[in-house]
Amino acid sequence: MSKYVDEYRDVDTCLDLSSRIKEVSTRPLTIMEVCGGHTMAIRKNGIQKLVGDNIRLLSGPGCPVCVTSISDIDRVVCLAGEENVTVCTFGDMLYVPGSSMSLAGAKAEGADVRTVYSVHDALEFARSEPEKNFVFVSIGFETTTPTAAAAVLEAKATGVKNFTVLALNKTMPQALRAVLESDDSEIDALIGPGHVSTITGTGMYRFIVDELGVSCCVSGFEPVDLLGAILKLTEMHENNEKGLVNAYPRVVKEEGNEKAKYIMTEVFEPADVEWRGFGIVPSSGSKISEEYSEFDAEKIYKIEVPETKENPACICGDILRGVKRPVDCALFNEGCTPVDPQGACMVSSEGTCAAWFKYGE
Amino acid sequence: MCWSVPGRIVDIEEQKARVDISGVERDIALDLITDPKVGDYVLIHAGYAIQKVDEEQAKFTIEFFKGAQGNV
Amino acid sequence: MKRITIAHGSGGRVTHDLVKDVFYSCFDNDILRKAEDSAVLDIPQDRVAFTTDSFVVKPAFFPGGDIGKLAVCGTVNDLAVSGAVPRYITCGFIIEEGLPLKDLKKIVKSMGEWAEKAGVKIVAGDTKVVEKGEADGIFINTSGVGVFEKDIELGVEKIAPGDKILLSGTIGDHGIAVLSRRKGLDFETSMRSDCAPLNDMLQDVLSSVTGVKFMRDPTRGGLATTLNEITEDGTSGILINEKDIPVAEEVEGACQLLGLDPLCIANEGKAIVIVAPPDEDEALAAMRRSEYGKDAALIGKVTGDNTGKVLLETALGVTRIVDMMTAENLPRIC
Repeated sequence: MSKYVDEYRDVDTCLDLSSRIKEVSTRPLTIMEVCGGHTMAIRKNGIQKLVGDNIRLLSGPGCPVCVTSISDIDRVVCLAGEENVTVCTFGDMLYVPGSSMSLAGAKAEGADVRTVYSVHDALEFARSEPEKNFVFVSIGFETTTPTAAAAVLEAKATGVKNFTVLALNKTMPQALRAVLESDDSEIDALIGPGHVSTITGTGMYRFIVDELGVSCCVSGFEPVDLLGAILKLTEMHENNEKGLVNAYPRVVKEEGNEKAKYIMTEVFEPADVEWRGFGIVPSSGSKISEEYSEFDAEKIYKIEVPETKENPACICGDILRGVKRPVDCALFNEGCTPVDPQGACMVSSEGTCAAWFKYGE
Repeated sequence: MCWSVPGRIVDIEEQKARVDISGVERDIALDLITDPKVGDYVLIHAGYAIQKVDEEQAKFTIEFFKGAQGNV
Repeated sequence: MKRITIAHGSGGRVTHDLVKDVFYSCFDNDILRKAEDSAVLDIPQDRVAFTTDSFVVKPAFFPGGDIGKLAVCGTVNDLAVSGAVPRYITCGFIIEEGLPLKDLKKIVKSMGEWAEKAGVKIVAGDTKVVEKGEADGIFINTSGVGVFEKDIELGVEKIAPGDKILLSGTIGDHGIAVLSRRKGLDFETSMRSDCAPLNDMLQDVLSSVTGVKFMRDPTRGGLATTLNEITEDGTSGILINEKDIPVAEEVEGACQLLGLDPLCIANEGKAIVIVAPPDEDEALAAMRRSEYGKDAALIGKVTGDNTGKVLLETALGVTRIVDMMTAENLPRIC
């Protein structure tokens, strides 16, 4: 019995929530689940088939691999080719195709590329192999960024000199605004990312409700959590109410995790960065601050990134913004498959297209 | 976006904790949370505990979905 | 510490002593003792099962097994799922200079023990040693021969809608046991590899019922990949039920920790048996009689619709597609 998991997979509770959603829902409702993890959880459990015909679930830009720009992928691949550099990365990034190759391609050509479960493992590698230089490819949103920050602080405190971080981290609010404010957005409500909110707290979504008039319900990742969140959003939609609901209070507090936020802002600072499919989104990235520049791989390794190449028919950008669905893409399952991905939405196991390909509509 | 899993702290050594997830144990870092205790359930992401799981709120969520209205 | 050197692979006295002291002593049988360049086998009929496999698992020793046990059981199981009775195995070793001799002895001893348990003879072998860095410890390649004692003809083309799909036990045990020892992951689990010889169990199934259509051992790509291979020819579909698929709690826990799916995790001692009704109960009983089939379960059926696809009925009663594992089972954050 795994506590805090099994009780949120209880079949009777789920089927009860499903029938209540169908009962309450009388009008069309488009809900975007911002987080790639939610997309996977929904598709894996078939939740999109339990909410009735009025409700449409759209995947959002919440998959850190999908939104990583091709030039950033090329930057990592070039870095892997540098002499005496060992690149450590989460498994998610290994097979993402850059203009010329993926990290797995660079590894096959002889680069020392290691997949890690945690940035801390990269730090341990650096300690146990002092003669090598370790660069951790730091992707992820506000959930993951604090772990990289904590590792930098630990490296500084313990005098580890051969460990640096290439910061490709991103933050949520600005991208959400970009999605919701785009004129072709048909999104009525949001399922808020549960684990980003564990760090940031729920205050971050206040502007979405008050300014943009879009309801938001922060949810966990088990079927009961998701169906419960969809029920709440449906009830509000039917009653013409707008609201911010925290349906994941077992880990999400209104103020979030103050200590983690402090550590994150100590090591990282906001920066304008490129999102795949969005272009440059102002202050939506996290770069290493001046005070910790000795740990900033971007400053230490001057990497010239060649002109990037992307398949013109790829509409990952529109899919990430929720205005198109995988089946609308000419490449989907026609030259773009998990084994030979053209765009990031197919590559990342949490990408919208990968989820549709893997679990079906 | 952020694959995480709840686990129970079974041992603590300075900034490190040994956690148990359905019988699997691993060392994780405690840098991001305050005064963890053995027996606490924590949410684990990429080798770090990122929050303590709140027992009361966990029960509340189940009732919350059974029909109790709730707004932040 | 005594280590393997280039001399052990160069065919002289040092090689002969190694073969005699390590290999012949562990694999001892009448055919091998002849020490001819080829093993001469008496095969009753002209139809034999013949297979080959290579083993490069890292680390070479893991909870519940080692590369030697894996080499024997993997070869035995490939023969057994064709309906044949495994009889003879050959093995070729590629050893990296510097491998501790005690490790080689442990591996070869394990191979001898498991060959005996499986009732097969290791009748020919070869050893080559390469310079340090040109291999990674030890690689083993095997080939195996099996004979058909009954007239058995299994095959994917025999599968028909309505046939039942049986699985001999919990999935993902081997993959998680090995992953737990991989550098950089290092998690503790009492999970042990399910590596085991399934020939006796499968022969018991074949002698208990006549309706067996097809058998296969799902290894590296996990259950999901094997089921997709079965439907790949597009003539049939498969529907399995999530609640009926046995998964050990620790495999579930490890998959939650690392962001993996048990359906795509490797097995080394499991078999899928596709059998025509009403033989499924009898076949299941035969599997459960074996120590390697205690948790055997009916997990689904062959369907006439959705051909070419594998569908899973989730615990919530809705169906979704089960895809092959794509690239690698890597720890991920999203």
